[in-house]
Amino acid sequence: MAAPLCVEVEFGGGAELLFDGVKKHQVTLPGQEGPWDIRNLLVWIKKNLLKERPELFIQGESVRPGILVLINDADWELLGELDYQLQDQDSILFISTLHGG
Amino acid sequence: MTAPALRNVISARRLSIIADLPCTSMCQAGEDYSGPVQREPPPVPRPGREQKCVKCAEGLPVVVIRAGDAFCRDCFKTFYVHKFRAMLGKNRLIFPGEKVLLAWSGGPSSSSMVWQVLEGLSQDSAKRLRFVPGIIYVDEGAACGQSLKDRVKTLAEVKLILQKTGFPWHVVALEEVFSLPPSVLGCASPESAGTEEAYKTAVDSFLQQQHVLGGEGYAGPVQGEDPPHLFHSQDPLGMAGFPGAAQTEALSKLFDSIKTLTAKEELLQTLRTHLIVHVARTHGYCKVMTGESCTRLAIKLMTNLALGRGAFLAWDTGFSDERHGDVVLVRPMRDHTLKEVAFYNHLFGVPSVFTPAIDTKAPEKASIHRLMEAFILRLQTLFPSTVSTVYRTSEKLVKAPREGCVTGPTGPNCLLCMCTLDIDTADSATAFGAQSSSHLSQMPSAKTGVPTPPCCDTGEGQAQSCHGGVGRRVDVQACIIEQLCYSCRVNMKDLPSLDPLPPYVLAEAQLRSQRAWVSQEIQEYLITDDGEEEEGSRAEPGDPQSCKAIKKEGENIGIGL
Repeated sequence: MAAPLCVEVEFGGGAELLFDGVKKHQVTLPGQEGPWDIRNLLVWIKKNLLKERPELFIQGESVRPGILVLINDADWELLGELDYQLQDQDSILFISTLHGG
Repeated sequence: MTAPALRNVISARRLSIIADLPCTSMCQAGEDYSGPVQREPPPVPRPGREQKCVKCAEGLPVVVIRAGDAFCRDCFKTFYVHKFRAMLGKNRLIFPGEKVLLAWSGGPSSSSMVWQVLEGLSQDSAKRLRFVPGIIYVDEGAACGQSLKDRVKTLAEVKLILQKTGFPWHVVALEEVFSLPPSVLGCASPESAGTEEAYKTAVDSFLQQQHVLGGEGYAGPVQGEDPPHLFHSQDPLGMAGFPGAAQTEALSKLFDSIKTLTAKEELLQTLRTHLIVHVARTHGYCKVMTGESCTRLAIKLMTNLALGRGAFLAWDTGFSDERHGDVVLVRPMRDHTLKEVAFYNHLFGVPSVFTPAIDTKAPEKASIHRLMEAFILRLQTLFPSTVSTVYRTSEKLVKAPREGCVTGPTGPNCLLCMCTLDIDTADSATAFGAQSSSHLSQMPSAKTGVPTPPCCDTGEGQAQSCHGGVGRRVDVQACIIEQLCYSCRVNMKDLPSLDPLPPYVLAEAQLRSQRAWVSQEIQEYLITDDGEEEEGSRAEPGDPQSCKAIKKEGENIGIGL
């Protein structure tokens, strides 16, 4: 049984366009049976934060190729990618690299 | 032991023996398996946080580069900066004291490039970058359908950042293509040959100069100009307002008339390049740096193959692009992947401005560019060496002249993309040649396939034809199409009419076809270098005297026609 978590979700590089232009979101994730990991977080974001065009952000279970994920300023590849378990006060940053040049 | 059990033991032993054998006997091992082996990509080993940085072996890693190298923050910064400096140093194209224009779009890669230049110029003298930069920002809001309010807001942010850099900056709106002169499409010859020895001599003399002048002193602007922080360009979008509504209207009309997103993107790139080259020429910049990253160039290479630009890949994706002659386009960021750029910008606070582009929020199959981008990036997640492999391939491309043009001029250039035309005008053998020649001959007019004969003086400008309206429009269209390379022709097919194109394109097309016609006309009067005595006898039978006279005159005075 995971307690409710408070995390900061941020979007950059153009990804914020899909979220009404809002870059930083303080979210409180409700308690649930299993622990919160990035996989669940993505599902939650898709349901609650994403305003339009889900296919431009999420592909299958993971993020669309070209979107970087930083957890507390570190590459998510170092932390287990989708399996990383969220802690309270974590900061997750999604940067879209597909835009601009 | 029962027989089946014995059989199992024997086969198990056999398998273990085979497993120990070298790889050459793998084909034998296959016989022991019951079904076909499922072929999957081998799982990429994922580094974990417990690892240390692969370079310094002490720091906590923050980013994974390539397929498994974890770098700590400081090593990553060194690695990133080193790549930039090595790219410039290896190619030795940018001479000390040269004026270089940085093309900044506000996006992450070009912002990173500007930041690298900023930092590079402020280092201690031994490692300092030695050229003189300026920045240009092109406002493409009208082509992307942005409202005036949004454009003003973006420009305010842009100017804030430009002022902070301290370099001379230029903000131009894409609408200004409507006031470009036709000369922008000319290929002026480069000023100086950039050879290896020339580079070394230039660097040595520059260092000597610095030494004589007393060492310190930022390699600032050329003597006589304002110091960078006081200089701001004449920007037509300043406080007073924007480019005229008529021009904005014309630009929107042009882009709205294009039927496919692919053609829109290509035309936008072409117009933007022309504008930047023009600004570079008028302000004396001989080099332009663009911030295309490794990932973008890999995508561009594949996209251009699909667009029919295979012949020009070396120019489109190489480090330097000299198709404009006196202004050379340089791509210093071509070794940096988008991931590295994004990480660097985030970790070290590089400012950038987000502007929606022409393909923002477009679905995956909206254009060839988008499709190729999705393909390459998706492949990259499964096979992390995709982008670097395509990049290494692009490094091997050589800019070779066309066969049969080894000596002498390389022939006409495409009107829009400025590359050597890859279409043989006398091409009747291929289907494409047959198609384009039949297309031209179907033009409904009194002409019999001869390009517009000028009734007025040849020479500068005025190609005002004297024929009727309808015939003229068709002529102009055919006249332009004739002078385009294959991929530009295919793009122009998506424009129902070439009228909305900026006037400089139409003017230059007419000028070139005039010149071609004139040069064809006087061909027989020209004295060639391999002039044999038989030249005189090749004169027209009806007028032998005057031809001989012209030739003699030419010989005596020493001029050719």
